[in-house]
Amino acid sequence: MSTGAVIIGAAETDRVGKLPGHSTLMLHLEAAHNALADAGLSVHDIDGVAGVSAPGPLAVAHALGITPAWLDSTSVGGTSFLFHVRHAAAAIAAGLCTTVLITHGESGRSRVGAPSYTRDPGSMPGQFEAPYGIISPPTMFTVPALRYLKDTGTTQEQLASVAVAQRRWSARNPRAMFREEITVDDVFASPIIAYPFHLLECCLVTDGGGALIVTSAERARDLPQRHRPVHLLGAGEASDAPLVSQMEDLTSSRGFRLSSAAAFEEARISVDDVDHLMIYDAFAHLPLYGLEDMGFVKRGEAGAFIAEGHTSPGGSLPMNTNGGGLSYTHTGMYGMFAIQEAVRQLRGEAAAQLPDPKVSVVLGNGGMFMAAATLVLGSDAVD
Amino acid sequence: MSASTKALPTPTPETAPYWEGARAGELRIQRCRACTQAYFYPRPYCPQCGSADVEWFVTSGRATLASYIISERAAPGFDAPYAIAIVELEEGPRMMTNIVEVEPTPERLVLDMALEVRFEDRGEITVPVFAPAGQAVEA
Ligand SMILES: [Zn+2]
Repeated sequence: MSTGAVIIGAAETDRVGKLPGHSTLMLHLEAAHNALADAGLSVHDIDGVAGVSAPGPLAVAHALGITPAWLDSTSVGGTSFLFHVRHAAAAIAAGLCTTVLITHGESGRSRVGAPSYTRDPGSMPGQFEAPYGIISPPTMFTVPALRYLKDTGTTQEQLASVAVAQRRWSARNPRAMFREEITVDDVFASPIIAYPFHLLECCLVTDGGGALIVTSAERARDLPQRHRPVHLLGAGEASDAPLVSQMEDLTSSRGFRLSSAAAFEEARISVDDVDHLMIYDAFAHLPLYGLEDMGFVKRGEAGAFIAEGHTSPGGSLPMNTNGGGLSYTHTGMYGMFAIQEAVRQLRGEAAAQLPDPKVSVVLGNGGMFMAAATLVLGSDAVD
Repeated sequence: MSASTKALPTPTPETAPYWEGARAGELRIQRCRACTQAYFYPRPYCPQCGSADVEWFVTSGRATLASYIISERAAPGFDAPYAIAIVELEEGPRMMTNIVEVEPTPERLVLDMALEVRFEDRGEITVPVFAPAGQAVEA
């Protein structure tokens, strides 16, 4: 099955990493410019725009000179771009617009023209989380992990092996921020940020951006076709709690489970059909939850699966092949970069290219297990 | 205790009884009279059955340690290291908190250990925190 939507343009900013000369808006515009060039389109071909606030799709559309007939500013953290792809496919199928530009830009490291981090002290997180010395995601997103380790029998060595596996991929990616291969001992020797998490089990904080162009498979045939279109075979979205303490199950993400089940059902695939996998890895425990919640392994098996090398180069389930948020880049909202790597793999353009993958699955996380979306992407439309 | 530099909540109409309770040394949460479900955080309708027939009650203050991290970096007003935890109340709901009156080490903080509520005076606001059960309450 297919949604009928295809990704015909995909690009990141020229560079990712430390970009103090780029504002947040500039990162959006550069990514958009690159994605349009990638697709061989101009701004006049775009009639729908999506992106998180701030700056939001309205500001991006205006800055680029686009007159949108459709806007989506769904802002549910780093998975938002997966939501945008799904919403764009639905909008295009409904005839609301024909060609959607989705942009991401974030000066996560340099904080140039970036929205300030403020938490309303009257919001539920402001009242029931902030008073307890929460600083940032490393002291919040990590809190459920000890429960997961205990209940599943997963070891801290296995948790560390997530970072080790992803360095094997980033070592092959010249754009990655960290490229040196590491061992479990190296992870344990890095500073403890929030026990049980060491520095190397926490994502990078970088500057960068990315953009996508989505249209219908039908319209794509009339467009320049600079690249093989990537088909959206299925998609799903879901949410859990806005406070991490209130997630349905501390050891499993409802969003991961529901969004992946919906996406796999729409695409009519099973885990056995997946050649390439991207799981949002803001912290090392996310791929463990993701592998189990999506059904790639049974409960409690993800740690051993990764530690044994099955997601590493040469393994049966290549995962986070750009190096992930732990080693490639993480602007704060990593989902865009996970989609970009899936598109590159399906086009055959990745730095660590797999041999002819047909189906790639992207699992995005937003907030602290707050929202999730899954995309099933294919190199061919499947009937 | 003098005013704290720690982050303070701004109570809202639906949460005011919780913060008033903390001020009075009680951990108050809500439960549904229609389906008996106890729940947290405060809101006007039961999240299990949708009923508006909900009431505040005073919990036992007993809980167990569901999960935690030990922060090595200090938020304003805190001295690192300190434990940020999720506890499970005897009545069922979970909440985020700090674990106090115990050395914040993996050896001392054991999952599922019994805890009981304490109340931390931060000047205009009193914040519920938890300590290992059975210890004498520190003055
Ligand atoms: Zn009820």
